[in-house]
Amino acid sequence: MKILNVREITENIKEMCIEANHFLSEDMKCVLCNAAETEEAPLGRQILEQLQENMRIAGEDMIPICQDTGMAVVFLEVGQEVHFEGGSLEEAVHEGVRQGYTEGFLRKSVVKDPIFRENTKDNTPAVIHCEIVPGDRVKITVAPKGFGSENMSRIFMLKPADGIEGVKSAVLTAVREAGPNACPPMVVGVGIGGTFEKCALMAKKALTRPVNERSSIPYVREMEEELLHRINATGIGPGGLGGTTTALAVNIDTYPTHIAGLPVAVNICCHVNRHAFRIL
Amino acid sequence: MDKYINVPLSEEDATALRAGDYVYLTGTVYTARDAAHKRMQEALDKGEPLPLDMKNNVIYYMGPSPARPGRVIGSAGPTTASRMDKYAPSLLDLGLKGMIGKGKRTQEVRDAIVRNGAVYFAAVGGAGALLSRSIISSEVIAYDDLGTEAIRKLVVKNFPVIVVMDSNGSNLYETAIEKNNRT
Repeated sequence: MKILNVREITENIKEMCIEANHFLSEDMKCVLCNAAETEEAPLGRQILEQLQENMRIAGEDMIPICQDTGMAVVFLEVGQEVHFEGGSLEEAVHEGVRQGYTEGFLRKSVVKDPIFRENTKDNTPAVIHCEIVPGDRVKITVAPKGFGSENMSRIFMLKPADGIEGVKSAVLTAVREAGPNACPPMVVGVGIGGTFEKCALMAKKALTRPVNERSSIPYVREMEEELLHRINATGIGPGGLGGTTTALAVNIDTYPTHIAGLPVAVNICCHVNRHAFRIL
Repeated sequence: MDKYINVPLSEEDATALRAGDYVYLTGTVYTARDAAHKRMQEALDKGEPLPLDMKNNVIYYMGPSPARPGRVIGSAGPTTASRMDKYAPSLLDLGLKGMIGKGKRTQEVRDAIVRNGAVYFAAVGGAGALLSRSIISSEVIAYDDLGTEAIRKLVVKNFPVIVVMDSNGSNLYETAIEKNNRT
């Protein structure tokens, strides 16, 4: 058994909120850099170059990559041999977000009630997804999610008869409707199967997979590649102002589902696809 | 083509802009997003004055991240304009000449742009660190309690935007995407 004080969770989450909002992961940087070289439209190329410059300034001046520093989505994979002490694990996560967003000069974008909309002023609460896994370690993923792209995300409860073509058409529909609103070039997270909430969660988590890593399931990998190609043929382009780079990657996860259903969730993320990982 | 223009926008400058123009704005713009628009609409409904005169002004749909000490502003990129579509036509009819945001607009907004000789600019979404460098000063002038959603007066210098919708009714999102479409 491993004993972990929840103070460590708070401290790490605080640092990870700040890190994720100022520095993209290497795979994201790499794919953005390649896009700037391969984009065919002159205005598209100019925008992609500005995004590179934006990232450089963010890191050098410690100014967030995007002013929408997101609602903090936190995935916790907790080893079943870990025992937490020192207080509530959930409260420790919220406290990390509170400290990170306050001390890191990040924008407070969370309202207390979806109807009455009073700002909580410290970006809490986080959205926490906790999973119990074998072992004695805790893997933390902090993924601040901006709402320009979140608002363009969709769930489709397809019929089994719609099959793989139905799935592809659902993804393309979501991307076309998102267009310039979702700050393309986007990263497209897709969950197929499970239940209503399971496919949405898979789509969200798929966004945290490195963009240069394809699915290990052959037909899913093929679908990821085909969809990326077809999305980039739509012409939406960087900023939605036309071009050959509309998406940087399509990451798909699947799960067994019911005989009567084919749920598909499409979680769209802008080019500021932020996530920080740590293992304690 | 590249153009250097002063803001507030004159009638002549606004109507001469064409979809696709790359424009550098210098002068004063005001920020307002969801909550500020809702409040301005409520003021109009009650017949109360707005916190700023719309005439020839430009509204930037933006809520910045907090400024670090010694800095003018934090990250300062555009937010999605469509959420302001419900409010934009009445502000355009009051003389608003320009809007800076990102993303699609409704037909009602496009009609109001044409009717009033106005313009809709896009700034590059997700480039808030870069765009902040073109902002020289920032001062909250109304609705301070709204935090990031307060109305700010920004002095900008060569702030880079692209004309998406012009007073002729052209829409760059449609034409540019169609031009690059390979499906």
